[in-house]
Amino acid sequence: MNDAHHGLRMRRHLLRGGAATLTVAGITALLGSRGAALAQKRNANAAQDVGLLNAAIALEHEGIAAYTIAAGSGLLQPAVVKIGVTFRGHHQRHRDELVRAVTALGGRPAAARSDAEYATALNAGALKNQTDVLRLALRLERGAANAYLGLIPSLSTAEQHQLAARMAGDEAFHAAILGNAVGDPIPADGLMFGA
Amino acid sequence: MHLLAYGTAAVGLAAAVLASSAGAQSPVVGDARRGEQLYQSRCGACHSLDANRVGPRHRGVVGRRVASVSGYRYSAALQARAFVWDEPRLDQWLENPTALVPGTAMGMRVPKAQDRADIIAYLRDQRLASP
Repeated sequence: MNDAHHGLRMRRHLLRGGAATLTVAGITALLGSRGAALAQKRNANAAQDVGLLNAAIALEHEGIAAYTIAAGSGLLQPAVVKIGVTFRGHHQRHRDELVRAVTALGGRPAAARSDAEYATALNAGALKNQTDVLRLALRLERGAANAYLGLIPSLSTAEQHQLAARMAGDEAFHAAILGNAVGDPIPADGLMFGA
Repeated sequence: MHLLAYGTAAVGLAAAVLASSAGAQSPVVGDARRGEQLYQSRCGACHSLDANRVGPRHRGVVGRRVASVSGYRYSAALQARAFVWDEPRLDQWLENPTALVPGTAMGMRVPKAQDRADIIAYLRDQRLASP
């Protein structure tokens, strides 16, 4: 083997070694940047979910306040108050589950406003009798069922999809009871929520 | 001359095809009466026309600058924007709010174009009282 041939082999060896080194470094860099991108996406999804779930907490705060205001209004029969207090308990459970979800994502749960602020926002002063109160509750519960169903595609995990769906089920249950109480007819068609 | 005539015809045909395909995607016409019912059932859990609740009040929203209702605390994501709520923007928003403004607290989607058009038609009619 002459010097020229040996030199050529050495250069090839170095180039191959260099290429191998670059490839490993490249893969490491690629994996690193991909991992960083995935972590960034996870964080962005978590931050997005915190915002969305906090809006749901605000919705539940308002629902809890609405039933509290209704129970103290003097407009409801005792049996109706009892049902309303039970429904309020369901909303408190929703709030607690949502608070748990937001906290688990590293967020700070939305705080409730005062009952007086909710009464103003809901125009509770305009309620004159039990039917008015039930109609307001029905509107809020029907809206809440639709809100949770409409929220599902915007949430990022299956766990949160299921949580929102379970809440929607409860709200639909409330709406059905309230609709019956005010004498609304049973809807003729199926798929009555969330479309 | 013949070539020019063929060329002109081809351009005209292409324009007609484009116009036709654009027509297929023309905006859906909204029904404000149906929109009122949809507004109550879809938006009413969080919004009212005249009170800030979970979401901001809606009267006068069409044509309003984003994140500009007094007394309502918007997300940082919406505060950072500078657009006006015109009808195409509201349509995008209702279709997928987190796609239009990532980081918003509004997640409720209205998937059907006709429903969105009806809700927007209703909101367009809910103007602020003249001072």
